Amino acid sequence: MTLNTRLFAGVLGAAALVPALAFAQDAEAAAPGFDEIGPYIMTTLLFLVGGFLVFWMAAGFAMLEAGLVRSKNVTMQLTKNISLFSIAAIMYWLVGFNLMYPGEWVIEGWLGPFFAITSLEPVGLGAGDASLDYASVGSDFFFQLMFCATAASIVSGTLAERIKLWPFLIFVVVLTGFIYPIEASWQWGGGWLSEAGFSDFAGSTLVHAAGGFAALAGAIVLGARKGKFGPDGQVNALPGSNLALATLGTFILWLGWFGFNGGSQLAAGTVGDITDVSRIFANTNMAAAAGAVAALILTQVVYGKVDLTMVLNGALAGLVSITAEPLAPSLFGSLLTGAVGGLIVVFTVPMLDRMKIDDVVGAIPVHLIAGVWGTLAVAFYTGNWGAQIMGIVAIGGFTFIVSLVVWFILKAVMGIRVDEESEDVGLDVAELGMEAYPDFSKG
Amino acid sequence: MKLIIAAIKPFKLEEVREALTSIGVRGMMVTEIKGFGSQSGHTEIYRGAEYAVNFVPKVKLEIVVAAAMVDQVVETIASTAKTDKIGDGKIFVLDVESAVRVRTGETNEDAI
Repeated sequence: MTLNTRLFAGVLGAAALVPALAFAQDAEAAAPGFDEIGPYIMTTLLFLVGGFLVFWMAAGFAMLEAGLVRSKNVTMQLTKNISLFSIAAIMYWLVGFNLMYPGEWVIEGWLGPFFAITSLEPVGLGAGDASLDYASVGSDFFFQLMFCATAASIVSGTLAERIKLWPFLIFVVVLTGFIYPIEASWQWGGGWLSEAGFSDFAGSTLVHAAGGFAALAGAIVLGARKGKFGPDGQVNALPGSNLALATLGTFILWLGWFGFNGGSQLAAGTVGDITDVSRIFANTNMAAAAGAVAALILTQVVYGKVDLTMVLNGALAGLVSITAEPLAPSLFGSLLTGAVGGLIVVFTVPMLDRMKIDDVVGAIPVHLIAGVWGTLAVAFYTGNWGAQIMGIVAIGGFTFIVSLVVWFILKAVMGIRVDEESEDVGLDVAELGMEAYPDFSKG
Repeated sequence: MKLIIAAIKPFKLEEVREALTSIGVRGMMVTEIKGFGSQSGHTEIYRGAEYAVNFVPKVKLEIVVAAAMVDQVVETIASTAKTDKIGDGKIFVLDVESAVRVRTGETNEDAI
């Protein structure tokens, strides 16, 4: 999982271009055979396919969130989703990618460079100039950028229906340009956590719990939606507008997760690697199914009726749980890991309500708490409990505290919450002047 | 002329329409409504939180008929919409002063 040398290799490759041109004749004579370029092509393809699958998770989040907010806030939720993805794409190019995979550290193992814009290979790269032991920089950048956007998507669901658009987008700039790349560099960039033996295959902690912690900090600073909690401490349900969209969103996320976990094998050029990728696909699917079934049964037992929204969250919690180690477990092991994720959701959604933390779509139980569970569960396979706990505490603590500070600054400078009247009317009309379902305004 | 307003269970609408058509009712207005009567509401559960649904969905029929037909129409609605369970609905009858058919300008009983 250490990729810090990749970019460096790319730079060296580009530097080698000039002499390569001078001896074009020789290079042609020594053109590598398919045995040498095959792994590069396969791994690059894995990143491209994995990347567009993870991209599609942005659609999943958008639909899930559109379905779980009330109809008066749907346009705003969709606006936030497409905006945050697009901002993440630009920030990751501008800062994030090289901050996360530093060619040279500013502080060894802790902090990469802030001013290192990503550039791609030249057009028509020759085989002799490619880093044949890995994949193209373009595919790597494309794939990793999708993970960065995923972390931001997690935040928007929790804070729905009451946060102002622009402060939220400014937070996204900070999260995708700085917070996520810095904490992820500690592990995936070859930083101090990876040296310490921490293991997080595709990002239960690095992506999901980190997004969850940023969301939790936001929810604490922002406060609950008006009417969510009654004066006597009762919890009021604010049912979502469209469970068909929420279900579609969940299935889209489930599909995207095959790219998320499968692509994180980071290699597809050998029999061993491509077989591992297929193993990851099957395990990922099993964990999702187990999470859904666990929530299905548990809501029936606890509430006397099945709660679809919890079953959807259960499937996602199963996916988050298996993300830290989707390769090592057997199918049965994946079932157990995912099922515990599903149980976590059913127990922690009401727990957050009791703590007066208003999480509209259940992103904190799904991504943060199930993410922590999945990361801890890796120790069943590695035996290194200390490193897992250290990683969770370090990434959780860093993300939570920095997010908290950013939210407080935004609150002090521009305010992060819409006024009460706008919240009553709905953000669609109050902030955007555009309804998602304008049945009565125009024929 | 009389206006009959009936609130009935939504799944009974098609049956009631058929029964009314067969006794010669030539038009009605239908609206999806919510309301409460002796049925009051029920509780639903969402993400672990119970909440009361105080208004239940009904369908409202508005039918204007000649005074002579009123009893038959009311009787037909009442017998067709009946399930013997709470929440079957209500029927009201009001006087109507006049009616106009927009296309032809016909008035009153000729217009219904």
